[in-house]
Amino acid sequence: MTSTDVAFWLCASVSVVAGALVFYVDSMARATYALAVSFVAVGVALLLMGQAYMGVIVILMMVMEMAVMAVYMVMFMGMNPALMPMSMVHSHRSSVAAAIGTFVLLGAGAVLVPWPTRRGAPPADVTAALGEAIMESHMIVMITMGAVMVATIVAGVALSSHRTRYDRLGDDLDRRPADDPQPGGVGR
Amino acid sequence: MTDSLSLIFVAPVVAALALVALSVAGVSAALEARDAGRPISSGMTIPLRETARLLRQRPRRTVSADRLLWRSASTAVIPLAVLIVAFVPLGAHALVDHPLGVVWVNALDVVAWAVMWLIGWGANSVTGLVGGYRFLALAVGYELPLMFALTAPVIAAGSLDLAQIAATQDGLWFVVWMPVAFATYCWGVLGFSLRPPMDPGAATDLGGGILSELAGVDRLLVLGGRYALLVAGSAAAVPLFLGGGAGPTLPAWAWVLAKTLLLSLLLVLAGRRLPTLRPDKVLELGWVVVLPLVVAQDLVVATIAVATG
Repeated sequence: MTSTDVAFWLCASVSVVAGALVFYVDSMARATYALAVSFVAVGVALLLMGQAYMGVIVILMMVMEMAVMAVYMVMFMGMNPALMPMSMVHSHRSSVAAAIGTFVLLGAGAVLVPWPTRRGAPPADVTAALGEAIMESHMIVMITMGAVMVATIVAGVALSSHRTRYDRLGDDLDRRPADDPQPGGVGR
Repeated sequence: MTDSLSLIFVAPVVAALALVALSVAGVSAALEARDAGRPISSGMTIPLRETARLLRQRPRRTVSADRLLWRSASTAVIPLAVLIVAFVPLGAHALVDHPLGVVWVNALDVVAWAVMWLIGWGANSVTGLVGGYRFLALAVGYELPLMFALTAPVIAAGSLDLAQIAATQDGLWFVVWMPVAFATYCWGVLGFSLRPPMDPGAATDLGGGILSELAGVDRLLVLGGRYALLVAGSAAAVPLFLGGGAGPTLPAWAWVLAKTLLLSLLLVLAGRRLPTLRPDKVLELGWVVVLPLVVAQDLVVATIAVATG
């Protein structure tokens, strides 16, 4: 076993143990940070597999997401959960059954499916190859998707916002400065 | 990563980081002493005396604090700064030479989100928690402009490798023709190191915010860590915008050191001049004013990069 193998199995164990801790600990913050540790271990494992870009992006995105998640959870709980220990699981029996069922299904798939043997060799720079695959032959899909996603975001925000421009600027849209519950720094 | 500097250089780099951080803290304290009418020389030694005092101080215990997370967070600030510096090339090579150096620096400054909020939350105190939330509100404001600011040198150099970005600036530093990206990056550095004017999360109106319940070694690690993060952010700006180790006579590493020290001091001086804004004001400024400016900067850089081939 090389040192890379040892490091890989270490990361794999850390990610599984930290992932399990998410359901064992009794605090929102600990669960969130256990999940962050688990994701960072997965990121390091990806680095060890030579997937540098995937690894660092997993670490970057997941740490950011966990920080945002911690904030939202604690914010909407309406209390500081350090003072109030709480269980991190609900529907205990059915979720255990679902977890075991999923594990058996996926594990059986991984073991029993006759995997095809590799044809051809991976390119020297897999990140560049991925970029070319997305940006060359699938460019039209990406362009369309980009516009659709922006439209979805704008429409979603417009539909969910309970304050419209008429609330801010008055019936004739001529109230200046706008009537905002939380004034911003630009003074619109 | 085979070209990375040998492990022998870890100790000198960490020592240099500590020395620069201590000097910057000394200058900052000296300027504050001058404001208060005390001699400047007494201010210079404040960081050393404060270190000695905090090392002897007992840690504070608060009711139902999450001690494990709180301690881990205050301990993590300095390693974060060291990791950022590890990716900064001190000449041709860094402690860790990585083709994705810029993404690593970005990922590490995002870890500051998790760490700073946790320092505020862990003590289970109102002022700390409010400070943590203030920091995150600011972070939402500065992080996206910061990410787009990092994009500008990457586009110009056509590489995410910090050493290659530094090498591309042969003759003309990026700071000259992408000033908006540079200023935005510096704003982000002040943000993730919680230095004025981006320090409402640790402001006196909150009794110190995330710092309010910290005492003893924990406080020392966080106060020192903020300066270390400021210096680490400045060090990363050297290959990104300031030509890396380029300069006459002196060896490359000396120029990296000198530029880092100079930029850190300039950021401290700028922080004394600029007003601290409330997080809600910063958030709107960041998204409505700074973000479009940086995207326009990226457009200019990309146009020039395409035109000059």
